[in-house]
Amino acid sequence: MINQLIFTLCFIGAILLFAKNARQLYRNINLGRALNRNDKPGERLKTMLLVAFGQKKMFKRITPAILHLFVYIGFCIINIEMIEIVIDGMFGTHRFLSFLGGFYDILIASFEWLALGVLVGCIIFLIRRNVIHLKRLNSAELANWPKTDANLILIVEILLMTAFLLMNAADQKLQLLGGSHYSPVGSFPISQYLVSILPHDPSSLVLIERTSWWFHILGVLAFLNYLPYSKHLHILLAFPNTYFSNLKPKGELTNMENVTNEVKAMLDPSFTPPLSEQPLRFGAKDVQDLTWKNLLDAYTCTECGRCTSSCPANITGKLLSPRKIMMDTRDRLEEVGKNIKANGTFVDDGKSLLDTYITREELWACTSCNACVEQCPVNINPLEIIVELRRYTVMEESQAPASINTMFGNIENNGAPWKYSQMDRANWTSQQ
Amino acid sequence: MEKELHVPTMAELTAKGETADILFWVGCAGSFDERAQKITRDICRILQHVGLKYAILGTEESCTGDPAKRAGNEFLFQMQAMMNIQVLDGYEVKKIVTACPHCFNTLKNEYPALGGNYELIHHTQLIQTLIDEGKLKPADGHDFQGKKITYHDPCYLGRANEVYEAPRKVLESLDAQLIELKRCKSNGLCCGAGGGQMFKEPEKGTKDINIERIEEVIDSQATVVASACPFCMTMLKDGVKIKDKEKEIEVLDIAEITVRANQI
Ligand code: SF4
Ligand code: SF4
Repeated sequence: MINQLIFTLCFIGAILLFAKNARQLYRNINLGRALNRNDKPGERLKTMLLVAFGQKKMFKRITPAILHLFVYIGFCIINIEMIEIVIDGMFGTHRFLSFLGGFYDILIASFEWLALGVLVGCIIFLIRRNVIHLKRLNSAELANWPKTDANLILIVEILLMTAFLLMNAADQKLQLLGGSHYSPVGSFPISQYLVSILPHDPSSLVLIERTSWWFHILGVLAFLNYLPYSKHLHILLAFPNTYFSNLKPKGELTNMENVTNEVKAMLDPSFTPPLSEQPLRFGAKDVQDLTWKNLLDAYTCTECGRCTSSCPANITGKLLSPRKIMMDTRDRLEEVGKNIKANGTFVDDGKSLLDTYITREELWACTSCNACVEQCPVNINPLEIIVELRRYTVMEESQAPASINTMFGNIENNGAPWKYSQMDRANWTSQQ
Repeated sequence: MEKELHVPTMAELTAKGETADILFWVGCAGSFDERAQKITRDICRILQHVGLKYAILGTEESCTGDPAKRAGNEFLFQMQAMMNIQVLDGYEVKKIVTACPHCFNTLKNEYPALGGNYELIHHTQLIQTLIDEGKLKPADGHDFQGKKITYHDPCYLGRANEVYEAPRKVLESLDAQLIELKRCKSNGLCCGAGGGQMFKEPEKGTKDINIERIEEVIDSQATVVASACPFCMTMLKDGVKIKDKEKEIEVLDIAEITVRANQI
């Protein structure tokens, strides 16, 4: 009885805490500018099913894709096991779903195989990060917390899976000993190999079974509340993030309507622009100037670095790393969120995404090639943020590099980015 | 072999009371860059050869505004766009062919929001259609037979607009040996010129992007690298020069290859 009470309290507490965290994430994402991504629900659903659910873009790199697939399917399906754990915990039952009979055996057997898959996947991931030192997973922006975060996730997953298998093994042995609470159910293709290493005495077995059970469930609940602080948040946000993907061609940059009105007024003095509610800053200096989708992107980023390792600027040693752009955006957004929480509204802290986090040298190294956008397995767009920051430096501050300003001047005066007269534009027709 | 080239302008045709089926948007590079001018003239040769009724805007054409937009100057971009739309709509242009993926992308994707709606065709797509229709056919014993040819995907044609097959179809028709670079199609590597980079010095790093790309071309052992963008052309050509491979590797646009193979 007391166990049931403790369990129920832990469970409800964890869910409430998560709801609070989730509300805060939602609030932070909503600090971004409006953007309509509610059109074409069918196409959006399809994108989500293919990219997030079906892992389509992961398969651009086959080894991590397969390992990730193990972990991903394992994680999704083993969560079904959680249903049983929660029912057992609340009502003091044991293996509640076992009335499913033969189907239950299949379920448990497949969970065991998947647990093994997760285990193997995570171990190889750890080796890739810490022993082989894969370049993509060891760049400068991953020093300190991001590195610890990644390793922590992998270790916790390994522990959780081990506990799951150990729990099953102890249960089996108790079943064989014929304890009343442990009637023979389930099929254990993996954990059967652990049975022989366990002690024979029933009370130790019960202790192992119960400890593993509690460790497993408390671990999952703790993990749930760790998500908002971790790159692991992508296991939830990958789904909405791909649903709200940009469905337009990658080459198309957004049209700035506030500029359109001003340009129309310049070209046609009789044009009266529609009144906008509040004058918007041109481009972005800080996270509030980005759209909510850019901010959702930042929370979804799993720091895999596929973007950076295909970025031509990064490959050739420039400072720019699209992964860092996303990590900076998230860090700054968290900071702004804390600021709002502490002060009620945002109080200027003398910092901003541009300059405090992202330098101009990074911005101007981008070739707008879209390689980062193409590579991202969860449809994140670092280029949009880069362009918004450039817009701010150019239109609000007039701080473009000198040669870029020369290019602007040439276009304005000669209708070409080079210093040639527009009247010479067709000279090539007479030179055979 | 070279026929006299007469390139009609929209203004000329209108004066004669004629119209064109298709507008050839030349672009700044195609108009002013010496190397790109050759490609421009070859496209005119192709259009003339197959008897398409086309025209250019000539001195009425202006920069699409692409480099301004990507460098963050939306004002300048929209000024350019609206002026160009006025000219294009004045001539009731419906269909545009261009050799520049940047012009292609901007006219196709970014002009509609400002009221300019046109059907855009990249010259590699036009050439592919002409081959499919049997209007273009490589001549017997042309220059490229059996040669190792590779193709560099321009970001603004490939990833940005998912045109991967048209240029490859053209090369496949050549009876040459088409080799893919290590990074190709959607995984292609940028030449280093986009996003305004063409007009400034690169940020400091360990090497220039076009050098990284040329090293890949050299590794492929191709003797011809085909491009489909005037900016890629400049970057690849410079790369070949810096690597001192001008004798071994020829950089040619798909249009130039077509003209040479068809002996137009
Ligand atoms: S678009 Fe910019 S940031 Fe993204 S890969 Fe290309 S150069 Fe790098
Ligand atoms: S933006 Fe996408 S590709 Fe880049 S690190 Fe984040 S999740 Fe990976």
